[in-house]
Amino acid sequence: MSVQRSTVIFAWILLLPAVLYVTVIVAYPLVDTFILSFTDASLKKTTNWVGWINYEKIFNSTFAEVIIRTFVWTFFSVSIKMIIGVFGASMLNSAVPGRALFRILTMPPWIVPMAIGIFMWGWMYNGQFGMISGLLQRFGFADGPVAFLAQGSTAFWATVITDVWIGVPLVTLYMLAAMQSIPQDLYEAAWTDGAGRFYRFRRITLPLLVPSLITMSMLSLIATFNSFDIIWILTRGGPSGETTTMIIDTYHTAIGSKKYGEGAARAVLICIFLSIFCLAYFRVTSRLSSGDNR
Amino acid sequence: MSTQPAMINRYRWHELIGIYAGIFAFLTFILAPFVEGFLVSLKPLSQLFSSPYRFIPQNGSFEAYRTMWVSVPGFARYIFNSFFISTIVTAVVLMLVVPAAYAFARFKFKGSGHLLGAFLAVNMFSGAVLLIPLFRLMRSFGVLNTYFAIIVPGVAFLIPSAIWLLRTYMMRIPKELDEAAFVDGASHFYTLRRVILPIAMPGITVVAITTFIGSYAQQFIYALTFNSKTEYAPLPVGLFAYFGRQEVIWNELMAASFVGIAPAMIVIFFLQRYLVSGLTAGAVKQ
Repeated sequence: MSVQRSTVIFAWILLLPAVLYVTVIVAYPLVDTFILSFTDASLKKTTNWVGWINYEKIFNSTFAEVIIRTFVWTFFSVSIKMIIGVFGASMLNSAVPGRALFRILTMPPWIVPMAIGIFMWGWMYNGQFGMISGLLQRFGFADGPVAFLAQGSTAFWATVITDVWIGVPLVTLYMLAAMQSIPQDLYEAAWTDGAGRFYRFRRITLPLLVPSLITMSMLSLIATFNSFDIIWILTRGGPSGETTTMIIDTYHTAIGSKKYGEGAARAVLICIFLSIFCLAYFRVTSRLSSGDNR
Repeated sequence: MSTQPAMINRYRWHELIGIYAGIFAFLTFILAPFVEGFLVSLKPLSQLFSSPYRFIPQNGSFEAYRTMWVSVPGFARYIFNSFFISTIVTAVVLMLVVPAAYAFARFKFKGSGHLLGAFLAVNMFSGAVLLIPLFRLMRSFGVLNTYFAIIVPGVAFLIPSAIWLLRTYMMRIPKELDEAAFVDGASHFYTLRRVILPIAMPGITVVAITTFIGSYAQQFIYALTFNSKTEYAPLPVGLFAYFGRQEVIWNELMAASFVGIAPAMIVIFFLQRYLVSGLTAGAVKQ
């Protein structure tokens, strides 16, 4: 047996446990979802093949609205996360006293169990007794209590803000790491030529951050699209469905109403959207890396 | 030349004010819910449910930190469950990921790139997408309403980032070390165990910490769906015990939240260097 071949066999032996695990716990359920989506599976004993009916039902329902809402929700959440994250990272990247402490103080929303942060926001959003409504009234921005989670429009933004809050630490620390990997001599050269701080940020930092920005937006996009805990705990998708995203709707259908088949069809649609995002991401990154030879 | 880096980083006073104002605004957004949550835990219920809103507690006390144990006697169990589940998850993830990361870092074979991509794609399905088939799978394994129902899916979705992190770390270990051991007649397995593992220990530690924290932070959807027994519920689900029939006992809920996150906070404080370096490894090596 050649050295080459024994190496390949050894590599596969090392990979086998992880590959098997992911096959059983992720790949098989994925296939199962596709199969289920063509059945009327529910709590009943018998399951029948129903063809495309579950998909037809989806498009005859209000699901189109849910899809649009999911995209709008995700778009705003990811964009705001990226903006605040880059802002925070550039602040924390300044060489000012205390920045090590500031970096630690950025982490809690990311590290703490999500549910706990969400409870805290839930209380702050409380209309009668909550902090935000109270402060708005105190400073004259509102005449009476604002029940953020009880009205569709405010509930939508309330869930977005909470999602941003949970996602910002990761974006910030990731962007900070990317900023710190930019060679210092670039800044020094620009500084020698008399470039100001803002000019250096715009002409050196931002362009060199583009690959990291794309990677982070992508990771953030997937996480946000899949976001469940925040909306579930704050509003359960309400009031009257105005914060119901695809994931929440899938959960209501499959786990709440026990319509496994219809839920699976929704899950398949989510998978298709996620795959499109991933393909787009790979196209963009491969173009980026072939564009320059660094 | 040597003074330049210092000069370039010197701020004028108005720049300093701008930076600190920016940091203050940023950290206010990050920390406001924790400050408010802590103050809520000090207020008696009667004060919480009164208008107008007051930020600072009046005759605040740590009473809720005592009564929370009485209202929900099983609370200690939830914290234990969270720790127990995270520990097992971390151990299993490491057992699966350490050999796999080594294989990805060292050996190029047909399809290895695609396989790595497939592992990373697992991240895509970490939400509720696979809930239905996973529920059926857990039922057919007969592990619904046990620790396993929370542990088994939890492991799967922590594998991708762990592989990515550890692979990046192992790629930095000089190849000559493996080759030298190989020339000396060591087997592949011996090389991995006796040469690579000891050197990779700092990287493995980082992965262990991030996996543990990831597991501790994200035990919600599987615990909510696959387990209905309170004796196996982890902290995030257990906290719902403070949601009374009519009213949420907010001060005790917040007190319990802080008691529940105290261990995580202590961990962050001492290990934040590892956390950041773990993140940095992934960020720089894309």
